[in-house]
Amino acid sequence: MAVLTPQRSAPGSGAPQRESRRLGFSQRLGRWDVKLSPYLYISPFFILFAVTGLFPLAYTAYVSVHEWSLLGGQGDFVGLQNFVDVLNQPTFWKSLVNTLSIFVLSSVPQVIIAITIAALLDQNLRSATFWRMGVLIPYVVAPVAVSMIFGRLFADQYGLINSLLGLVGLDPIAWHGDRFASHVAIASIVNYRWIGYNALIFLAAMQAVPRDLYEAAVIDGAGRVRQFFSITVPQIRATIIFVVITSTIGGLQIFDEVRMYDATGLGGPDKNWMTTVLFLYDVAWGNQHSLGRASAVAWMLFLLIILIGFVNFLVTRQISTSGTDKKPKRKRITRGNA
Amino acid sequence: MLSSTRPTRRAAARTLQATAGVAAVALALTACGGGSDEGSGEEDGPITLKVATFNDFGYTDEMLAEYTKEHPNVTVEHVKAATTDDARSNMTTKLAAGGEGLADIEAIEVDWLPELTQYPDLFTDLADPELEGRWVDWKVQQATTTEGKVIGYGTDIGPEAICYRADLFEKAGLPTDRAEVAELLGGEDATWEDYFAAGRDFVKESDAAWYDSSAGTFQGMINQLPAAFEDPETGEAKDLGDNAEVKAIYDEIVGSVEDDLSAGLEQWGDDWVAGFQNDAFATMLCPAWMTGPIEQNSGGIEGWDVADVFPGGGGNWGGSFLTVPASGEHTEAAKELAAWLTAPEQQTKAFETSGTFPSQIEAQESEAVQGFTNEFFNDAPVGQIFSTRAQAIEGAPYKGAHYFAIRDEVTNALNRVDITKSQDADESWDEAVEKAAALG
Repeated sequence: MAVLTPQRSAPGSGAPQRESRRLGFSQRLGRWDVKLSPYLYISPFFILFAVTGLFPLAYTAYVSVHEWSLLGGQGDFVGLQNFVDVLNQPTFWKSLVNTLSIFVLSSVPQVIIAITIAALLDQNLRSATFWRMGVLIPYVVAPVAVSMIFGRLFADQYGLINSLLGLVGLDPIAWHGDRFASHVAIASIVNYRWIGYNALIFLAAMQAVPRDLYEAAVIDGAGRVRQFFSITVPQIRATIIFVVITSTIGGLQIFDEVRMYDATGLGGPDKNWMTTVLFLYDVAWGNQHSLGRASAVAWMLFLLIILIGFVNFLVTRQISTSGTDKKPKRKRITRGNA
Repeated sequence: MLSSTRPTRRAAARTLQATAGVAAVALALTACGGGSDEGSGEEDGPITLKVATFNDFGYTDEMLAEYTKEHPNVTVEHVKAATTDDARSNMTTKLAAGGEGLADIEAIEVDWLPELTQYPDLFTDLADPELEGRWVDWKVQQATTTEGKVIGYGTDIGPEAICYRADLFEKAGLPTDRAEVAELLGGEDATWEDYFAAGRDFVKESDAAWYDSSAGTFQGMINQLPAAFEDPETGEAKDLGDNAEVKAIYDEIVGSVEDDLSAGLEQWGDDWVAGFQNDAFATMLCPAWMTGPIEQNSGGIEGWDVADVFPGGGGNWGGSFLTVPASGEHTEAAKELAAWLTAPEQQTKAFETSGTFPSQIEAQESEAVQGFTNEFFNDAPVGQIFSTRAQAIEGAPYKGAHYFAIRDEVTNALNRVDITKSQDADESWDEAVEKAAALG
């Protein structure tokens, strides 16, 4: 960019000597302007992305094939040894299972509840803005603060939830002892934070659905539920895919919530709630001090996210198109969301 | 770009010249900044020394201004990190990056030492014959590498006593006076057996548990082994499966858990914090700095007291040092400042402002420390008690590169038995042995 800018001012200084070519050059310049300018204007984003996204990605790959200690820095080239080391650690596999379990427990209810809330908010409510902003409040609260509050709720001995369970005569739940219970607790922290945010995205999409479709459906005798499944859901298909994919990416990268779930922040004595990202942190900054292995974990997680993201892209597309796969409709959706 | 015409090329050349010019100026500027004062030189031009600490070391602005008054050419800039974790990741990242951006004096915690002493070249040797005898011996020993290099000057320490709830003791029919409690727990030569035996008597008469956390108690016991997990000669990790000393401690704690002596809480966890209000436990191992958190968590509870006793001899938990990274520009001046900050006079003042217990013998004997009482702990003479406890500590245990990794596995094993109750004692120990072996 810096090199191209002076080019444009160049004809002024060099013009007198070459009058015959002046026109040709400025024409050519004009053509370049048309062709290149749009790319120049969006280039800051991509340059920034290359610096902050692409370069770290590539550099992580470079680190992952070296012995690389936190303090000692770069060591020998070891090929895929770091990957082998990580794959041989049982904690890695346990963390993968934990991640998937927490991801399913958070993403699935999250999308379902968010879409339901959005459908409710889409009705004619009084002071609609108040309700719409209300669902966004949890998103504004810092994740660490949320985790601290939920920590009090889910404490095993003196937690609020177990006290309430005790009041109605139920046994307390070992939120930090039982693996599944800990996943439910963590997933609820994640859901608390993200449901409102996703609901608003769904709401925006729902408001773009043409109202005449609903009128037609009412004339055809369709009830609220039928309207929801036959008009709303297919119409906001693109948004559903978007939300599912972003919540997948987020769900596989859960860190703050698990880090704050207990005092040590390393997944508990059984590593019952150690997610893969937390494992990565522990490998690099914990007792192993190995940035090489941590980079290997990062790359495997990256590939896993791409894989799962792709799978649920296919699945979501399948679900939403089945039954109502008429071309014109699909076009209108794209316009509606643009 | 190559197809462009001559004027453009000229313009490009101009841009290039300009760039080169800017770069040259920038280079010249950095050169000025870097070369002004290499290595030594207190008398040289004015310099700024950066001191990085965390939490609250008790270094007030007035104290630092005092140093500037004595050394007019030195300006001291103080950077505080909110938590030790922040400070640690900041420091390790910058050390790994070749020292760029590190402060001239970096504060470290005793637990980081096993890692840092593996790279002694990153730090300036602070050994100074003039300062001999300033600190309690084991404090100096902690920061001394096997080659005899001193990488840090001691600031505070955490000599351990036993804190106890006199009100719960009374209800269970045990003595409440701190001297009598010290006798009850074994007095001068108290052992862990005495401590747990008193606990067994206590829990028979009380709903409360004897101590808060098995992991916390373990940490106190393991610190008394001269070389718990590694061979000090070679630095190699001992096989945990054959480690009779550690196994004995593990068995003793697990036995006390079975007898309901443990409240089954994780220190610093939400349940632990709530446990103070719920009379969950009657005693806990109590390094000098722990009196603060106990008071904060026990609002409205009366009855906490400190007994001048610690099972198995003395014990230290925590404490910090000031280091001078070797990459700094003014290492000599920084060393001088670090020595000044850790002098008894300054550490006594730091104790008065923030309660960090000094590691300097002279500071411990000072009026300010000796006369210090803690109102919350029934006016206990805590200054005096912790000074006595500090003198009871015999030496610094050997902690090498594997220490914390193995200790964490045993701690996890105890927590599996004590907190999550997911495994029985033998099963959990076997898993710890297996995992420790896998650490390699």
